Amino acid sequence: MHTVAIADVPELEVRAWRNWVKAELLQGSRPVILYGTRTSETRVALTMVLQRGDGGLDLIRTSVDPTTGYFALSEVAIAMHAFERELHEQFALRLTAHPWLKPLRYEGGTQADMARYPYYKLEGKEVHEVAVGPIHAGVIEPGAFRFMCHGETVHHLEIQLGYQHRGVEALLGRGDPRRHTPLVETIAGDTSVAHAWAHCAALEALAGVALPSEGEIARALMLELERIAMHLAGLTGLAADIGFLQGAATYGRLRTTAINTSMRLCGSRFGRGAIRPGGAGVGLDDGARDAVRDACALLRDHLVAIDALFLEARSVAHRLRGVGRVNRAMATQLGLVGFAARASGVDLDQRRPARGAYAAVPLARTLETTGDCWARARLRITEIAASLGWIEAALAHLAPMPADLAIGALAPATIAIAIAEGWRGEVVHVLETDAAGGLARHKVQDPSLRNWLGLAIAVRDNEISDFPICNKSFDLSYCGHDL
Amino acid sequence: MTFKLLTLRVRQDQGEQFIKDLRAARPAGFRGLPVIDTTPCATGCDACVTACPTAAITAAPLALDLGACVFCGECARVCPAHKIAMTTEVAMASSARAELVVHEGPARRPPIDVAAAIRKAFGRSLKLRQVSAGGCNACELELNALANVNFDAQRHGIEWVASPRHADGLVLTGPLTKNMQDAVQLAWDAMPDPKFLVAVGACAISGGLYRDAPGLARDFLAKVGPLVFVPGCPPHPLTVAQALLDVMGR
Repeated sequence: MHTVAIADVPELEVRAWRNWVKAELLQGSRPVILYGTRTSETRVALTMVLQRGDGGLDLIRTSVDPTTGYFALSEVAIAMHAFERELHEQFALRLTAHPWLKPLRYEGGTQADMARYPYYKLEGKEVHEVAVGPIHAGVIEPGAFRFMCHGETVHHLEIQLGYQHRGVEALLGRGDPRRHTPLVETIAGDTSVAHAWAHCAALEALAGVALPSEGEIARALMLELERIAMHLAGLTGLAADIGFLQGAATYGRLRTTAINTSMRLCGSRFGRGAIRPGGAGVGLDDGARDAVRDACALLRDHLVAIDALFLEARSVAHRLRGVGRVNRAMATQLGLVGFAARASGVDLDQRRPARGAYAAVPLARTLETTGDCWARARLRITEIAASLGWIEAALAHLAPMPADLAIGALAPATIAIAIAEGWRGEVVHVLETDAAGGLARHKVQDPSLRNWLGLAIAVRDNEISDFPICNKSFDLSYCGHDL
Repeated sequence: MTFKLLTLRVRQDQGEQFIKDLRAARPAGFRGLPVIDTTPCATGCDACVTACPTAAITAAPLALDLGACVFCGECARVCPAHKIAMTTEVAMASSARAELVVHEGPARRPPIDVAAAIRKAFGRSLKLRQVSAGGCNACELELNALANVNFDAQRHGIEWVASPRHADGLVLTGPLTKNMQDAVQLAWDAMPDPKFLVAVGACAISGGLYRDAPGLARDFLAKVGPLVFVPGCPPHPLTVAQALLDVMGR
């Protein structure tokens, strides 16, 4: 959570800004987000947010004429590629020497534009291409994949997204931001809680309202239930994709237990309605606490057996070990976030250093080092256990929620940045107000935006038949990316 | 040895988690079908109308469109007369769009009325192709859940298929994005006759929270009218299961 008056954010002339950001990136500063805000017909304000090792954020702004733009930062730090592609698409910002200036989500584009996606070409006598999508062979969201192969080996995978683009940011820019939470909960429907929390935290910060600790803990409880449920959903899919059906059946069944606990608490299996500006719609009477305790006990008891079976089965290890590997250096370079980063040994988790609910109740650290499908699966198993442990410890701190706090006037000319560590990774909401305290910009970032390129790199030099498990192991959102 | 014991243990844990009767089950705590009682509204009160994020509510007389409702419960929360209540009822799909409107009075199950020919053709086996066109993955996860060991829709002959060539019905989720319109049409054209369309979730039925979004193109829905509308945000798997069983006449 970071709130700062726009006047206090250092602003540099665009070339100086670019050089400053470049120097920071080369020294290993981690980019959180770079986004644009239109300030006039001919100017766009660019805000760069970097995160220090202690979790603190540094902001730096510039104002740019989109027709002149600047020399792309992606050229020195590939982790910037998605931000700059977005700026190019949203503001027609000129980015000289961007190595990968391809359409991101076809915001305002047409179907004819989509048909002209500039795929890379691999040429040679024994080279072939495989195109899949946008509709896939399952009940999942759409996106197009093109594999450039030599025999069974994938040399490169290009991922073309944008099919899910609805226009979320346009809608968020209209009307009263206090009433946007139901919409925010559908930015990525499997991450409803993390998005709602980040959105509400940013609004509360702008209104100068601080939630009492029982409110923070209730929100974290919903977030950890969401994490458990979606990690179980991911393990279900992974087990199904490698034909380990006992795992698929059991993890799928246990996900029901997790989401039904969310439903018992807030009326929705996806935690919708659990978090609202200034409060939470979580019922935490004794009966609800007992239901949470019983669900945790059942999950622990049944997971012990199925986890052991999954991790000990030779067939599982054979399919997952060494497949879809992203090493730590590459994960850092690509700017991966969330469990995909932690599986590659990048110790990045917005719940640590602990603040708020996670300071009141500590959370076990989770990390893997091998960066393959096995690491991502194993990490999800340990993260489920860590979240269960957190919930069990938090039960003692759970109390019925006080009445919702009123969200009054928003601080004028201020930027509030809230980051929630969703199950996939960091969910970022940035709210900017104008001089009158009205909403000037609501920027949303789902972790998927940062991680799709990680999947493309993971698949390189792997067999094309292993793509489904690589894809499932990253478990990324299409609509969260496409907005 | 350990491995075999583990397998045994997992099997034992499975117990009887499946829902025996998909029509009788009532999910505990589910924020489902809203009901509106006949208490008169206070003069000039439009608290529920303004609280609704999808303009699903119209006043005088009060009516709520399930096809737009996202079941957030805000209307029930703000009503000073406690006229609107959210129940745990899951049965709310209908074959008629107009029947999705809830009026004042006792809860009434919207009808699903399909031609005898449909029941004859698909009553014993229903293969469905799902396409998401801007769906947020909540509807998609709930539709997937239909096939898990809890809901086990396969026992009634309901199955998800990979190819539209093998599908009897197209199950559409999401508000229908511009960028998916060609793909949706292609999938539909690839399905053999007889075929039908099911609209699942507020987004697909009415655009829901995205009805004013710039990225939509909903012509397909106007052209191919859905056979069944399944309200929810997302719908509970039981809502979907019951709707499909009604289509099949089971």
